[in-house]
Amino acid sequence: MPLDVKPDLKREFDVVGTRPLRPDGIDKVTGRARFGADATAPGMLVGRILRSPHAHARIRGIDTSKAEQLAGVKAIITRDDLPDHSNGDRATYDILYNCMAREKALYEGHAVAAVAAVSAAVARQALKLIEVDYEVLPHVTDVDAAMKPDAPVIHDDIFTEGVEPKPDKPSNVARRSEFGHGDVEAGFREADVVISRSYKTEATHQGYIEPHACLASVSPDGSGELWVCTQGHFMIRNVSSQVLGMEISRLRVTASEIGGGFGGKTHVWMEPIALALSRKANRPVKVVMSRDEVFKATGPTSSTSIDVKIGAKKDGTIVAAEAILRYQGGAFIGSWADLGAMTAFACYDLRNVRTVGYDVIVNRPKTAAYRAPSAPMAAFAVESTVDELAHKLGLEPIDFRIRNAAREGTRSSYGPTYGPIGIGATLSAAKNHPHMSAPLGNNQGRGMACGFWFNFGGQTCTSLNINLDGTIALSVGTPDIGGSRASMCLMAAEELGIPYEKVRCVVADTSSLGYNDVTDGSRVTFSSGMATILAARDAIKKLCGRAAQMWGISEEAVIWEKGYAKPAGPNAGEFPPLSLKEIAAAAATTGGPIAGHHEFNADGAGVSFATHIVDVEVDRETGATRILRYTVLQDAGKAVHPAYVEGQFQGGAAQGIGWALNEEYVYGEDGRLQNAGFLDYRIPVCSDLPMIDTVILEIPNPKHPYGVRGVGETSIVPPLAAIANAVSNAVGVRMTHIPMSPPRILKALEGRS
Amino acid sequence: MIGTKPQGERVRVTLWGSLRSAAEGRDTVEVEAATIRELFSRLGKSYPGLKPFIDRGIAVSINGQIFRDSWSQSIPKGAEVYLLPRIAGG
Repeated sequence: MPLDVKPDLKREFDVVGTRPLRPDGIDKVTGRARFGADATAPGMLVGRILRSPHAHARIRGIDTSKAEQLAGVKAIITRDDLPDHSNGDRATYDILYNCMAREKALYEGHAVAAVAAVSAAVARQALKLIEVDYEVLPHVTDVDAAMKPDAPVIHDDIFTEGVEPKPDKPSNVARRSEFGHGDVEAGFREADVVISRSYKTEATHQGYIEPHACLASVSPDGSGELWVCTQGHFMIRNVSSQVLGMEISRLRVTASEIGGGFGGKTHVWMEPIALALSRKANRPVKVVMSRDEVFKATGPTSSTSIDVKIGAKKDGTIVAAEAILRYQGGAFIGSWADLGAMTAFACYDLRNVRTVGYDVIVNRPKTAAYRAPSAPMAAFAVESTVDELAHKLGLEPIDFRIRNAAREGTRSSYGPTYGPIGIGATLSAAKNHPHMSAPLGNNQGRGMACGFWFNFGGQTCTSLNINLDGTIALSVGTPDIGGSRASMCLMAAEELGIPYEKVRCVVADTSSLGYNDVTDGSRVTFSSGMATILAARDAIKKLCGRAAQMWGISEEAVIWEKGYAKPAGPNAGEFPPLSLKEIAAAAATTGGPIAGHHEFNADGAGVSFATHIVDVEVDRETGATRILRYTVLQDAGKAVHPAYVEGQFQGGAAQGIGWALNEEYVYGEDGRLQNAGFLDYRIPVCSDLPMIDTVILEIPNPKHPYGVRGVGETSIVPPLAAIANAVSNAVGVRMTHIPMSPPRILKALEGRS
Repeated sequence: MIGTKPQGERVRVTLWGSLRSAAEGRDTVEVEAATIRELFSRLGKSYPGLKPFIDRGIAVSINGQIFRDSWSQSIPKGAEVYLLPRIAGG
């Protein structure tokens, strides 16, 4: 069976493309599913973390003596219990520093000590008895303020990278990056119309419903186990081992069910703390974050400040485009501006383009990934400017975009030349969609925007075991955050030629399977899916071999068709087909267990594009915006389980709606977060949303056997811009600050009057 | 198309802006390389300033397809090769 990943474009699917019930559905709706906080162990202690009340403070000393005397306290750890094992690796050191503050607390909520006690009440009381001697330092939380020469410098060993000459003074600007091609200045001189605008976006949290939780158990022999809610348990194992100086093989990590991640659970937050507490207490320790901790101590997105300038000829051809993007990464070095700078103009075919990104450090929690990280903010700024330019040229925004859209052979704004891509198809589908021409009422506006995301593959390992009764036990190493177990079952069933219900998929622990990269980058249906298909083909090869044994013919004389081994032709002999079930039943006498495996670096995920259309109505008295209608059009390559693809499209749009209209980290002058809870940080609820309509386009990815492209992230890229364009059209004022909360809309209306 | 190529072909590599200062201010550099592994090895030797970036993780785009970890990937003759930041995802 060749390991050929090229898609068969004429293939008719039996199972892939259907919409069966999800295998984890019953457990989730009945409460049987075990999430991070559901793990228990005999003798388990409660872990709690003491966090800095200051945005920036030197820690002169920590006195734990009173807490240690409290009955029921079994272990207390501080920075002194976590020696630096990073061997000079800055990224590892920063993770250690983020897990537990060292010489300074760098943001409100930064961990400074942790307690393991017999109950939550004792642990809380112990935290109150820990005395931390802080020297409060000046702080900065705004990205623009942090770049100013007189801003308090947060790290005295960070010098701006990517500038010449190399700076001799430390700075909060960690890195400058630049992308583009052509001669932008010459392009602007050619332009008949130039629009130049500045935009701001506020930080948002991924808002997953399940808080971070883990249960750690470290034995006196140094081996440990960790049950954790994460998007990447292999990553958690490797990083935690490195931070704690453990051998990787001594730590076994099991991923729990996950109540949302969206990128926020692709990082290590408090898992090494739980392990260190367990190691010191010699008891299992469970740590569950409160919502307050989730907001203050786990990663939100960057807040940003972006300048965009685009010039076009009267005929609607863009001749030059430029963006300066400033992204704060929280208290540590990030590469978030890189991603904004790379994605900003990726939808367009531009002769002259330049983007410059600045990664900036501020006194906020470490920025984390959030679905297509950094792209939504860049798209907001660029797509707003594109819309304004279209209006100024007297062109329909959709036609202006179609005229300038990237296509196969376009040199992308971040460098490489595109192969076959779907931006044109999504724009054409949007232009022809009934939503685009539906009538609008008073105070209503329509907006549209495009979005881009890279998608990627990564390291992947999958095993497929054939059971005695012909059912299939499929093991993957990528936590299921979007229904991927169902998709894996569909692809295994398709390849083997058996019903979907005969395949069950589990997320195996780190000791049961080879390394798998994190579930991120919209990679799982692409890469774990491809590994599953190739593991199934490996198993089919073995099944054919077993059938050959049973018939007494050569392996090459056996073919596999729709769940049956058959003689390849008349010369192979006359044998009735053998079903997978029959071959499985005879496995013990034909060579033992039958299994298929595949491990690889999955490359060729293929870039992804989407176009969104939205109608809004703005209440001019209150400034409140209501979403009336929303349509997502996106290329899925091949929709393995169309209902989940639609769910990803809808989920991205819903989160984007929250980001566009309400969600915002609000900081006080004291550098403290003012709204660390879902009452004051308002994510959309069902009553805020219309039914989000979806259009799935299927332009096969040539690098996947079924043509699959990732779909999980791109759908959050256009909403900020699409809604900003809709609101701007509704109120007649260009909105340049996200979220467009009622006060900002009222202020914009007042400014106009 | 990605395929095999004989040893010793010169590969023209385009650098993203941040790398230029680490490569004597050049936008593009040329090295002999048949695979991504050879490319990184020779870039690191010819332009030591690039070594810390390579160690930290760089993606390579070959004819529009982005590779993150496949260092054995061959680089065909005349391929369009870009170095890109290693992309994070959510």
